Amino acid sequence: MVHWSAEEKQLITSVWSKINVEECGAEALARLLIVYPWTQRFFASFGNLSSPTAIIGNPKVRAHGRKVLTSFGEAVKNLDNIKATYAKLSELHCEKLHVDPENFRLLGDILIIVLASHFARDFTPACQFAWQKLVSVVAHALARKYH
Amino acid sequence: MVLSSNDKTNVKTIFTKIGGHAEEYGSETLERMFITYPQTKTYFPHFDLQHGSAQIKAHGKKVAGALIEAVNHIDDIAGALSKLSDLHAQKLRVDPVNFKLLGQCFLVVVAIHHPSVLTPEVHASLDKFLCAVGNVLTAKYR
Repeated sequence: MVHWSAEEKQLITSVWSKINVEECGAEALARLLIVYPWTQRFFASFGNLSSPTAIIGNPKVRAHGRKVLTSFGEAVKNLDNIKATYAKLSELHCEKLHVDPENFRLLGDILIIVLASHFARDFTPACQFAWQKLVSVVAHALARKYH
Repeated sequence: MVLSSNDKTNVKTIFTKIGGHAEEYGSETLERMFITYPQTKTYFPHFDLQHGSAQIKAHGKKVAGALIEAVNHIDDIAGALSKLSDLHAQKLRVDPVNFKLLGQCFLVVVAIHHPSVLTPEVHASLDKFLCAVGNVLTAKYR
């Protein structure tokens, strides 16, 4: 089980409480598809992903980004039980979606950058540490049921 | 992975915006890297790694200088950083995975100080550039 210090929990929940999940999720997913274009392979059904502008404006990207970040919120609410929280989603990503777990790490890194751009100096090094740890734990949990 | 002419323009633009803050950003990048990824401290047992340390400032300046050199010779990063590449291969031997960690922290610092300049396209270009630099520095490892 992952150990979270009281400070780490506080930094995580405090940042989360200030996030606009819809905006942040949309931005994170769009940036993933732009910065690491090979990740578009999972979204052939999303329509126009032909340019950064198209990706940013794509309503399916926005909606899916919101969905993904909303799900991320489950980790924040269940910091002491992230593995169990994502067990079913892990199976889904392996068996149905066939997503290489490396993509979870890429999205996690992108989310950190989005948070940094929104929170600026409030995204202190301690904050970055806690959140980088969180995205890493989530990525690990999502990869856990792979076979 | 190749830097397109758009990528090169984006990277030059952002470094122009960074301007005289490059050294400061270099130090901040290192500090964040040591805190976010504590395993990176293993390469600096001889350093005082406390916040504001003179050694971190000096080293941050060096790192920033190398990035600027790469930007100024963006058509031939391998040539520009050849000596640094030798150094990392023969003496420093920093595991390649760590360049990605440094790159991530540099992106965070740029995002914090210049959020409006770090558009998704510029973010992509800068990430590619940092990867290219990392690749050059580890190119002679074996």
